[in-house]
Amino acid sequence: MDQHASARLLTIVANAVIAEAEPLTALDQAIGDGDHGVNMKRGLEAVMADLPAISAKPLPEMLKSIGMALVMKVGGASGPLYGTLFLELGRALPEKPTRADVAAAFAAAIRGVMARGKSEPGQKTMLDVLVPVQAALADGADPPRLKQVAADAAEATVPMQAIRGRASFLGARSIGHMDPGARSSALMIAALVDALETQA
Amino acid sequence: MNVGIVIVSHSPKIAEGAADMVRQMVGDSVPLAFTGGNPDGGLGTDMAGIMAAIDTAWSDAGVAILVDLGGAETNAEMAVSLLDDARRDRVVVCNAPVVEGAVIAATEASGGSPLDVVCRAAEEIYGAIAP
Repeated sequence: MDQHASARLLTIVANAVIAEAEPLTALDQAIGDGDHGVNMKRGLEAVMADLPAISAKPLPEMLKSIGMALVMKVGGASGPLYGTLFLELGRALPEKPTRADVAAAFAAAIRGVMARGKSEPGQKTMLDVLVPVQAALADGADPPRLKQVAADAAEATVPMQAIRGRASFLGARSIGHMDPGARSSALMIAALVDALETQA
Repeated sequence: MNVGIVIVSHSPKIAEGAADMVRQMVGDSVPLAFTGGNPDGGLGTDMAGIMAAIDTAWSDAGVAILVDLGGAETNAEMAVSLLDDARRDRVVVCNAPVVEGAVIAATEASGGSPLDVVCRAAEEIYGAIAP
């Protein structure tokens, strides 16, 4: 992937989340502290502000730079969580990864997020999207299928009760709302699939 | 040298106020720093602010970090993981309420207690208030 392609991909993914900042914040107002959208927007805008430098880097370094920008700028728990996801992807991926490399790196990154958030799947978090998407990827699912798995997985967080994060304070009242982190993860995966599908 | 104390809150006012209470209790006998608010100054936490606070309150005896809600804890733990090898093992995020924990931890630190004792003193507050 050359710099132009990297910049295009990052722009599409970042803008997909930035465009949904308000709905994400609204979801977070229902069950969290109401800052997820605005926090992700701040973090991704920091990535976009440094786009020429970030997109010029080889894939592993690019992912680590994105991770550090999110860690430094998001300002909520999603900073270290998404930051760790990208940092660990950068650590695990070679410069020209195969599909198997991506599936393995994604699994390693998910383990990093689980450790950072002291969480596991089933607790109404971003993990409830990331884990099934990684499983589908390892299973050989094609990109449109991955997008569908992500959307379905985010939807499946609606009836869950939050165990981790601020939403856990609500107990049973967290049931009935989609988890904002699951939603932002699904948005990123959908945008990434769209960007890759339309790549020249 | 006494253990240092770092206070991390989502609110700049809570962080500052908790630090004022600590100062009143222990004076300048304990290295102390606080940070609150996100990088834009709103409610939240700021990684650079946390790292700077650890640096300000640095003591060779270690640093105990007191945090309020989830994001502050996750960001503080991330900040610790980003420290260099020489410092990482001497910084602990205590599982204690931020205001009371900071005061108790600082009081314990001012008596020269080691890091694990300082953190445990703060963490025992939860035992004391449990039903």
